[in-house]
Amino acid sequence: MTDRIFGVVGLLLAIGFALSALTIEESFLSDAVGPKAFPIIIATILGLSSLVIALRPDAEPIWPPLGRLAEIFAAAVVMVLYAEMLPVIGFIIATFFAAGYLTWRLGSGVVASILTGAVTSLGIYVVFHLVLGLSLARGPFGF
Amino acid sequence: MDTLSSLADGFAIALTWQNILLALLGCFLGTIMGALPGLGPSNGVAILIPLAFTLGLGPTASLILLTSVYYGAMYGGRISSILLNIPGDEPAMMTCLDGYPMAQKGMAGQALTLSGIASFVGSFFATWGLIFLAPQLVKIALLFGPAEYFALFALAFMTLGGISSTNQAKSAFAAALGLGLAMIGVDTQTGVPRFTFGEVHLYDGLDFLVAIVGLFALSEVFIFLENRHGEADGDAAKIKVGRLTPPLSMIKQTTPTMIRSTILGFLAGVLPGAGASLGSFIAYSFEKRLVDKDGKTFGKGDPRGVAAPEAGNNAAAGGALVPMLALGVPGSGTTAVLLAVLLSLNITPGPLLFTQNPDVVWGLIAALFIANFMLLAMNIPMVGLFTRVLMVPPRILMPVVAMVSFVGIYGISGSSFDLLVMVGFGLMGWMLRKLDIPLVPIILGTLLGNAMENNLRRAITIDNGDWLTLIDSPLAIGLWSFAIIGFIIPLIVGRRVKAKMHARRDEENAISD
Repeated sequence: MTDRIFGVVGLLLAIGFALSALTIEESFLSDAVGPKAFPIIIATILGLSSLVIALRPDAEPIWPPLGRLAEIFAAAVVMVLYAEMLPVIGFIIATFFAAGYLTWRLGSGVVASILTGAVTSLGIYVVFHLVLGLSLARGPFGF
Repeated sequence: MDTLSSLADGFAIALTWQNILLALLGCFLGTIMGALPGLGPSNGVAILIPLAFTLGLGPTASLILLTSVYYGAMYGGRISSILLNIPGDEPAMMTCLDGYPMAQKGMAGQALTLSGIASFVGSFFATWGLIFLAPQLVKIALLFGPAEYFALFALAFMTLGGISSTNQAKSAFAAALGLGLAMIGVDTQTGVPRFTFGEVHLYDGLDFLVAIVGLFALSEVFIFLENRHGEADGDAAKIKVGRLTPPLSMIKQTTPTMIRSTILGFLAGVLPGAGASLGSFIAYSFEKRLVDKDGKTFGKGDPRGVAAPEAGNNAAAGGALVPMLALGVPGSGTTAVLLAVLLSLNITPGPLLFTQNPDVVWGLIAALFIANFMLLAMNIPMVGLFTRVLMVPPRILMPVVAMVSFVGIYGISGSSFDLLVMVGFGLMGWMLRKLDIPLVPIILGTLLGNAMENNLRRAITIDNGDWLTLIDSPLAIGLWSFAIIGFIIPLIVGRRVKAKMHARRDEENAISD
């Protein structure tokens, strides 16, 4: 079933890609092929392969239970927040929270998570910023 | 003789303090990354790329660092295969079959030393193979016009599909997806924006480094979150390495194995689309068929079963560099990542690389020799150090991997937008891995998409819009027939073989090397 759904989604993606390719504005100075042809070839391959996947599905993959899916979603949300907050609160604080959260969700205890978060954040700061001179996000306190 | 004098020049470049230190650092990090389950050559190299850039390393220095990591990971993968029966990376999965039984018999130290020697033999001779084969391939590639290049890219995608997944349709889907992603941005020939949906950030196209780090490194974090692998602490406490030196008779017994496996592995590596995993698989299967017809000793701790896959995968790693350097078409996941490095440094691999940037090519090759000796030293007398690394549990390791990925990408662009795109790619990578869609064709597509399209358009424009020009020359026809054969054969015979090869991989959910 998964592959059938995936195939249909892929097919829709291919159609969307092809339609979007058709709306590309042609420049008046175009070469013999133009900017549309190759994307349309790609869309065709994408569509055909999606069709085959939908019609001849593989064995069902093992999907994790809902709780695990929520776990992955939550981690992605934390990463998005991390990306957004990085320039606002600075590298050390943001990384402390993000790394601490991830290690907590991977099974560390609360104290161990706080420690891991702090060590990861400070460790990366020292190695990458102080030793190697990489520019990290600066927060209101300059780090 | 020409080759040898170029090699001597290469040594002059590689033997600077900076480059030796970089090679040493690369070998060390590579071995660790190879040994740790969850980090392999492709994601290990991927998270280090941004670092190499932001440090302002030149092309030669960056490549030396990153290929040392690549070679190192090939060595390191065997450590956890032998000690824990968990392949440290995908190419090392065949090493589990005989390595772990050897460790159970109390011969872990001997298995580690033997596989270290086999790794050395494999990569040492493969580097010589690279030296002699790559310039020959360059001579052929110089005859290529745009039509032939287009056919060559098609060949790479079609043969890659035959090997990287059990389902050809899924490989084709992955390749098309990657090519489609490469189309995003302003068209280089006419200047019109494509698939940008008015988002200014997308006018430059998607940065393939962002895609690579997201797909390879972040998706791994999600896989661990899904399985809560993190709870499984390393069992390294129980490991007893024991005596390190194998008896001379064992080395004698395995020498022919190493030679055969090196040759097979190298050839498997050179084939476009096949990487180190295929090299170790072919070497092991061939050896088993040759010396153990009745299945009496293989799988029960036969030293030859340890030497064969290790020589095979290291030789394939060297072999995979041949098409990457000589043609600009990588043969495996990690060489695709290395290609990304070259492209980001504005160096186009391919035949002209050998004439325009001989310092990069030969400096790299010389560094590979040096790295090989360093790795031999690190992986035999100092192997105990790396077995300790295995005790770092994934619940601590994985957040570090995620954070280093973010730091690297942020260091290049300084933009939150790229980080968001990377998270998106991470989720997509997780999803696609669940669906058994191979990731390597996607990366290859995003890397080669624009070059492929440019060659297509150039070929047809030269011939005034005649599409038949694509199959006009004998060379192009040859490449196309190869491509079609490479796509069809796995459909007929490959399913069974690949199913066997992937059976073990699925347990680990690993990405291709």
